[in-house]
Amino acid sequence: MLQLKKLTKTYKTGDQALKAIDLEVPKGQVLALIGPSGAGKSTMIRCINRLVEPTSGEALLDGVDLVKLGATGLRKTRREMGMIFQEYALVERLTVMENVLSGRLGFVGFWRSFLRRFPQSDVDEAFRLLDRVGLLHMADKRADELSGGQRQRVGICRALIQNPKLLLVDEPTASLDPKTSRQIMRLITELCRERGLAAIINIHDVALAQMFVPRVVGLRFGEIVFDGPPNGLTPGKLTEIYGEEDWEATIEAVDDNGNEIEAAQ
Amino acid sequence: MSDIQLEDKLGTSWRKPHFITNPALRWAVIAGFVAYMIAAVMTIEVDWGRVYEGLDRGWAFILAFTSPDFVSRASDIWAGLLESIVMTVAASVVGILISIPIGLGAARNIAPLPVYVACRGIVAISRALQEIIVAILLVAIFGFGPLAGFLTLSFATIGFLSKLLAEDIESMDRVQAEAIRASGARWMQWINYGVQPQVMPRLVGLSIYRIDINFRESAILGLVGAGGIGATLNTAFDRYEYDTAAAILIMIIGIVMALEYVSGIVRARVQ
Amino acid sequence: MPVLDRDGTQVWRRRTGKESLGRWFGWLLGVAAFVYCWQIISDATTWFFVWDAPRIANDIWTRATPPKWEYITQLGRPIWDTLNIATLGTLIALFLAVPVAFLAARNTTPSALLIRPVALLIIVSTRSINSLIWALLLIAIIGPGVFAGVIAIAIRSIGFCAKLLYEAIEEIDHAQVEAITATGASRWQVMAYGIVPQILPAFAGIAVFRWDINIRESTVLGLVGAGGIGLQLSASLNVLAWPQVSLILIVILVAVIISEWVSAKVRGAII
Repeated sequence: MLQLKKLTKTYKTGDQALKAIDLEVPKGQVLALIGPSGAGKSTMIRCINRLVEPTSGEALLDGVDLVKLGATGLRKTRREMGMIFQEYALVERLTVMENVLSGRLGFVGFWRSFLRRFPQSDVDEAFRLLDRVGLLHMADKRADELSGGQRQRVGICRALIQNPKLLLVDEPTASLDPKTSRQIMRLITELCRERGLAAIINIHDVALAQMFVPRVVGLRFGEIVFDGPPNGLTPGKLTEIYGEEDWEATIEAVDDNGNEIEAAQ
Repeated sequence: MSDIQLEDKLGTSWRKPHFITNPALRWAVIAGFVAYMIAAVMTIEVDWGRVYEGLDRGWAFILAFTSPDFVSRASDIWAGLLESIVMTVAASVVGILISIPIGLGAARNIAPLPVYVACRGIVAISRALQEIIVAILLVAIFGFGPLAGFLTLSFATIGFLSKLLAEDIESMDRVQAEAIRASGARWMQWINYGVQPQVMPRLVGLSIYRIDINFRESAILGLVGAGGIGATLNTAFDRYEYDTAAAILIMIIGIVMALEYVSGIVRARVQ
Repeated sequence: MPVLDRDGTQVWRRRTGKESLGRWFGWLLGVAAFVYCWQIISDATTWFFVWDAPRIANDIWTRATPPKWEYITQLGRPIWDTLNIATLGTLIALFLAVPVAFLAARNTTPSALLIRPVALLIIVSTRSINSLIWALLLIAIIGPGVFAGVIAIAIRSIGFCAKLLYEAIEEIDHAQVEAITATGASRWQVMAYGIVPQILPAFAGIAVFRWDINIRESTVLGLVGAGGIGLQLSASLNVLAWPQVSLILIVILVAVIISEWVSAKVRGAII
């Protein structure tokens, strides 16, 4: 469904953030993108919805090349890609409901959105999503009154109300505690399964990635150096991605956690 | 918390909660504002014929900016500008020097109560009185000329700078100051080592900002006879010499821009 | 750290010899400039009047007290005009300052090369010129009266408000804007949802802050004929009616204190 062909991004400073990335994501597949800071994870997902303009290459979403789209076409196509952000990126001074409904901005006209008169179907869908993530009672609270985990749930609602085909998720757990991190990852993967969504999840926590996703892509210096199932991440592979370190402990911990979660279910 | 059911919400319309939740109060505020606006606009007498006639003159004035006349009244402009700069420099120096002790005195955490009350009183009086009103009174007392302007600007500088300095001292880091005091320093040493380093960068920044303000204010003091470029400007307007007025305004804007530029550099260096 | 070697013992100094020399030279230059400025002021002053000042001040004080309280009945309309000049001027200024601020902020300007410098020029030129000078200019163009005062206050406030507002726009959290952009929102929707909510508190603060300043400024606009209570002040001064002057000054003082109180309350409620 999503196909990246020789996608390249060179910053003005001359830094090559992405070096001719080739990647294919089939419909409904959730994949984790791992790699050290500065490997180009964030740049890659931002090049897909063009918050960052790629330098060259193609990014095909259902056969449409995103790189070549004009302003109107880009807006239309951005609606099909929901994005979830590091540090939530909610508009803090708006209410939870306004934040969720802002996911529909691409579908309603300016004055309608300005006067907050969204179609009833959108309002209903917002209520349903908030109920799904357990925040219905918070609908009229201001976003900055919420805790970190709650804010990220609102962020998820905002992405899902777009009714997207693809989720782009940028470090969803970066500022959350370990327990909330797992809850958020579980919520994202569950929702993807329910709705048959594909997702690319940028994540720096290898253990968390291995726990929840069927496919892991490793990025180092703007190049893909690993692509496979989570159990293929051997200490050797991790060294290739992150550099030298004792990886046994990480992998063992994951195994333990995996058992624990299975036992709990 | 979960007493709100999804079924109750579905199909109900959603409105953003209002800023003022009480509807009666909200409508009262809106109605009051509208009523005031109508009353205010109704009581302004605008002679539209006069305004229409004035548009030509306004346009002439804008055109004057394209050909400002620095030459025909060069000596007046130069004398006025020099007087403005002189007043600014002298008043800033004196004002800053006086506002330091008053600022120290107006900070509750380092001054005893009687001193604090006295200094706060001076600050309050200085801030409440407009520069131009002070200038009128001082001109009445000391006669026309730059001395009245100099005293006005010094007085205004004291109110401005002392207040901000005092607030800065009150919000400083107590631990650093206590550490110096603990070493057995005298009061002056304590101010010099414990307080001064913490507030100095901001004091420098504010002083330069105040010089900028003093210059701008010095341009109007001439209107009431307290010296500076204002008198020249006033004469130019009275004689409808827009090109000379434009020249003066351009020079004021230019000097203010230069001062802002310098103050930006200085502030970046001291902080 | 500069350590001098003197007679075989090491002496610590805060600055090297060159640095302290530079400092002393700087101070010397500053003192010389001040002395020069003082000389000019002193030359332009009739010192006879200055020595006579205490007597004159005393004389004015005796004439001005007690204030002519019954004169207050004639001040109702001027006070109302003053309030209107400040309020309407502030509203017009805010209305115009918003687009200027968006054009001037680095992250929202449509063109950093062409449009931003124009916006910055509008800001600096309206801001560097005092409202009294704008009033003088407008009176020459559209004639004396409240309307000229409103426009003068409005023009003077554009630059002030736009400057503070564009600084607030440049400080917004970019992630929130990015998040709205990523939903496929249009340019205007990004503005309404991503940027406006972030700057709204700053906007409200600036509005109230400027309104407070404008109340002060509009009390003196009448000195040049632009309406408000300053007209009465100017008229009373011209006929040396000191008891009326003192009453007007008291009224102005009260107005300033009330406006400061209101603006502090409103700002406290918003933030």
